Amino acid sequence: MRDRETQERYGPDVSRRSFLKGSGVAVAATAIATAAEEALAQDKKAASAASSSKAQDVELTINGEVHKLKLEPRVTLLDAIRNDCHLTGCKEVCTTKNCGACTVMIDGKAVYACTRLAIAEQGKKITTVEALSAGGKVDPVIPCFIKHDATQCGYCTPGFVVATRAFLNEHPKATLEEIQKGLGGNLCRCGTYDGVAKCALELAKGGA
Amino acid sequence: MKNFEFASPQTEAEAVGLLQDHGGRTAVLAGGTDLVGLLQADLVAPERVVDVRQIQSMSGVRREADGLWVGALTTLDDVLASPLLKPYLSLVQVADAHHAIQIQSSGTLGGDLCHLPNCWYYRNGYGLLAMKDGESLVETGDNRYHAILGNSGPAKFVNASRFAPALIAWGAKVRIIGPAPEQVEVVPLEYFYISPKSANQGNTILKPGQLISHIWLPAIEPTHVSATYEVLQMEGLDWPLATASVTLDVEGGIVRAARVVLGHVAPTPWVSQEAASLLRNQMVTEDLANAVGAAAVSKATPLSNNEYKVQIAKTAVKRAVLKAVGQLEGGL
Repeated sequence: MRDRETQERYGPDVSRRSFLKGSGVAVAATAIATAAEEALAQDKKAASAASSSKAQDVELTINGEVHKLKLEPRVTLLDAIRNDCHLTGCKEVCTTKNCGACTVMIDGKAVYACTRLAIAEQGKKITTVEALSAGGKVDPVIPCFIKHDATQCGYCTPGFVVATRAFLNEHPKATLEEIQKGLGGNLCRCGTYDGVAKCALELAKGGA
Repeated sequence: MKNFEFASPQTEAEAVGLLQDHGGRTAVLAGGTDLVGLLQADLVAPERVVDVRQIQSMSGVRREADGLWVGALTTLDDVLASPLLKPYLSLVQVADAHHAIQIQSSGTLGGDLCHLPNCWYYRNGYGLLAMKDGESLVETGDNRYHAILGNSGPAKFVNASRFAPALIAWGAKVRIIGPAPEQVEVVPLEYFYISPKSANQGNTILKPGQLISHIWLPAIEPTHVSATYEVLQMEGLDWPLATASVTLDVEGGIVRAARVVLGHVAPTPWVSQEAASLLRNQMVTEDLANAVGAAAVSKATPLSNNEYKVQIAKTAVKRAVLKAVGQLEGGL
């Protein structure tokens, strides 16, 4: 709802976040891969087994795009995706593997991005919620969430959508009981569980 | 979160070498579901994190003449998919009871065995013994999730591992490598855990620079049956209030051998000889299962807020026994 309002007010290409950035309310530091950094990345393959604790080249493949970053080993995958790659669909809520708001897919499996270090996830295929509506192709999970009123405040929604997609990929014919168990790792304080389960069940029955 | 070096070795020997540096102030990273949270909370502050997921020898399940060798990197998803582990029902039930695909995809058996306690005093920086000004915060504070057995010493937390009770009931051993190069020991899992007596003691026998590489399980016989019964407060992802695993050797309806292990009731997984001895040479009935449950908690010493856990643990044991022999009706 908010996104639609923003689009009406500021035109189709302005998201709330890019508006905030552009207006100077929030200034985010962007990591731009310079020629020097690219040269360093080439050297990385020859590096020894143990890296230093300093910021270093980290390459993340997110939604098919390679992001060349300079990160300290302590940066979590969630922080790298949100703060360095500016893909803010996955949310930071608990950071203690309890809530599921940060769910992304790694090599097709649902994972809490807050439980991974970015440096350890190089070379993996990372998929965020943004990929589920990229290039005008909308994943059926998204309209089905809307149909079953599976969102309220919306903060848990991106994580829930990614978890639902990952779950259905592995359990395309899931029963309601299997859905409730499989999606038990996502919390919603508004209580949209019923809508989410109905959505997953409809897609499981339709074999989507 | 304090900064650290990062290493991603390819072999067990490399991992042991990398873990020894910095005086052993290093940490093993696998699925990350516990360690990354501990790092973010500054509860663990290693000089180096060693990601062991590239070590192929620590993945997969192998059948050998003496039993199964299960790589410590085996995930919960792997447990659910492995044809070799399928007959070890009590283990599969634990993997299935983790109601979150995110944990099932990431969590490893080695990580589960080394999972640090969820005691909220520990998680808020008061240490495993939760002492402040020389007094136990657990004893006078909110101890609703704390130990009801083995809690007379300074440690009052409950061991967090969900697989340890089932593995111990199967007589599993762990293969520990390091800290010296080529150093290997194979220890019964039952003796892996300790109830710390002082603040600088951990809750396992692992020394700095050591890690679990494999878990050994004995070959299964057609007469072996097993079950785990976990009591969870929530339908979604949650930690058990109490859990019980049993492995029985049943011939002609009579129990020949029994192991009963409780989880989340004591600072270590709790092996109940009292419960097991009641099962031997008996036929399992509901009355017997009831008596076994009562025996398992007969020495319980609940704290001020957790007497309810005694009944829960007792029922978990009773239901695990009935579940193992296919007599538990109605699921819950």
